Amino acid sequence: MAKKKSQSAYTEKKLPLKKRIYRDRYLLCMMVPVVIFFAVFCYFPMTGLIMAFNKYRIGSGIKGVYTSPFVGMQWFNQFFRSVYFFRLVRNTFLLQFWSLIIGFPIPILFAVAVTQIRRKPIQKTVQVATYLPYFISTVVVCGMINNFLSPSGGIVNQMLNRFGIESINFMNLPEWFRRIYVISGSWQSFGFNSIIFVAAIMGISPDLYEAMRVDGANRRQIIWHLVLPSIRPTIILLLIMTLGSMMSVGFEKVYLLYNTAVYETADVIQTYVYRQGIGTSPPNYSFATAVGLFNSVINFAIVFVANRISRKVTDTAIW
Amino acid sequence: MKKPFKGTLGDFLFDLLIWIFLALAVVVCVYPFLYVLSVAISSGEAVNKGLVVLLPVDLNFDAMLTVLKYKQLWISYGNTLFYTVSGTLLNVVFTCLAAYPLSRKRFFLRKQLNFLLAFTMYFSGGLIPIYIVVTNLGLYNSRWAMILPALISAYNVMICRSAFESISEELFEEAAIEGANDFFILTRIAVPLIKPTLAVLTLYYAVARYNDFFSAMLYITDPAKEPLQAFLRRILLQASTEIMQTTSLSMGALSQSTIQVRYVCIVVSVIPIMLVVPLVQKYLVQGTMLGAVKG
Repeated sequence: MAKKKSQSAYTEKKLPLKKRIYRDRYLLCMMVPVVIFFAVFCYFPMTGLIMAFNKYRIGSGIKGVYTSPFVGMQWFNQFFRSVYFFRLVRNTFLLQFWSLIIGFPIPILFAVAVTQIRRKPIQKTVQVATYLPYFISTVVVCGMINNFLSPSGGIVNQMLNRFGIESINFMNLPEWFRRIYVISGSWQSFGFNSIIFVAAIMGISPDLYEAMRVDGANRRQIIWHLVLPSIRPTIILLLIMTLGSMMSVGFEKVYLLYNTAVYETADVIQTYVYRQGIGTSPPNYSFATAVGLFNSVINFAIVFVANRISRKVTDTAIW
Repeated sequence: MKKPFKGTLGDFLFDLLIWIFLALAVVVCVYPFLYVLSVAISSGEAVNKGLVVLLPVDLNFDAMLTVLKYKQLWISYGNTLFYTVSGTLLNVVFTCLAAYPLSRKRFFLRKQLNFLLAFTMYFSGGLIPIYIVVTNLGLYNSRWAMILPALISAYNVMICRSAFESISEELFEEAAIEGANDFFILTRIAVPLIKPTLAVLTLYYAVARYNDFFSAMLYITDPAKEPLQAFLRRILLQASTEIMQTTSLSMGALSQSTIQVRYVCIVVSVIPIMLVVPLVQKYLVQGTMLGAVKG
């Protein structure tokens, strides 16, 4: 008890503010650059959302963000009434939806399969081989997709020709875009995403395996009755987290893969924001900000709901 | 599996199924890279005739040399090296500076600052406001535009913060009683204790920096400052023929197809990643676990 008292200056919370500032002066010093960073690059831009409600004049700099004439909900109305609204929301949702349906189960299957290998070096080699695509840049992945699928000299069409099938101009056909996006996305991430499931499976106590084997269970029964139930909490948690990103498609990959011929199925909210705000001249900053804000609000709401569900189901919440 | 086979036919078929599935997974992940490499080092003629399917045909390094002689490749490679090394270094330093105070229970602004940090993960000003801020700060076409806007990732700060929190509190208290200030405690005691976590964060930051193309697309138009990814985009996706044009006078260049030059560029850019990933794979496993514990 006596020792506790001698430390009271260190742990005591109810010191006057001045004393607390003095005591934490080094911590405050460390936080200064950090706070400046978040203020300049995160919170200050948030105030720029005011642009969504006014008519920003090009060339009026940062000052213009706050002093341009107020137009209320004009940009939102314009967006909701345009043909783009339904198309962008549908495309954004469907790309994420199919990525979830195709991309979510594969890492689990792969993790179950790879943990059946009992020789560690083989297991590690198989795993490393499947991690590789995850670390390749989006530019290179899209470059590979584009060139593999090219009708002039692409390997896929070469193969099709060999079997007497005519070349398909994959990148210019709207019906192919979602498949290309989803399959390449699953290809890139399944190995890396399996890491967490592999770790969960490795964490199962060997005694449980032994007990099942003694009871005469075969491999399939062990997987079905021991392995899968053990990783169920991990699966549910990741599923909820994935659901939280349902309306946020990675901008870069869509941007690098699409072209005007496939806008019908490929254009998503983020690419539209980019085209309206930066990719055209003169740029339409206010309108693009309004569309972006619409997307942020929806994302925020979805994450919020996903987090609520997560707290209910798994007792794990992001905040 | 050298394990002597015992069990039913069903078990055998099940094992077979697993092996086929795994083999397929490995082939799917490795084949595209092998194919790209094979095209890159085959003769232009074989490539144009579509003879290269798996292994190189008529081993030939002309296309490789043509690309390697192209100056802009090395300029952009050098830029990426600079952005990756300096960017990652600053990332890690500032992540520690943010995470350490936020991990100290006695810090009187801890709750408020933690909330402000977490909030940035779920809501942002969006593309346009950030773009206006960065360009109005005079960062357009500046190397700083590649480094500053991505200086600190809130998610990584949280990972780093939990690592600091896992250090025993008594250690800090003792150091404080001995008269050590927080800078000393951070650099001499706390950072060395969370080295494994910092290794993971360094890896994540470095890969993101190396692969960053979006910042360059937004802020960099000067070829002297462009990173490798921006250069690759021109060659791979915008079908730029700049490499062929500059070398059209040299012998052998004419026989090289555009596609071959592109594949050489992929090989050249992917090599560092291919070398690093197997070396750091044990950190990868740790890394995802860090995220999960926090998650």
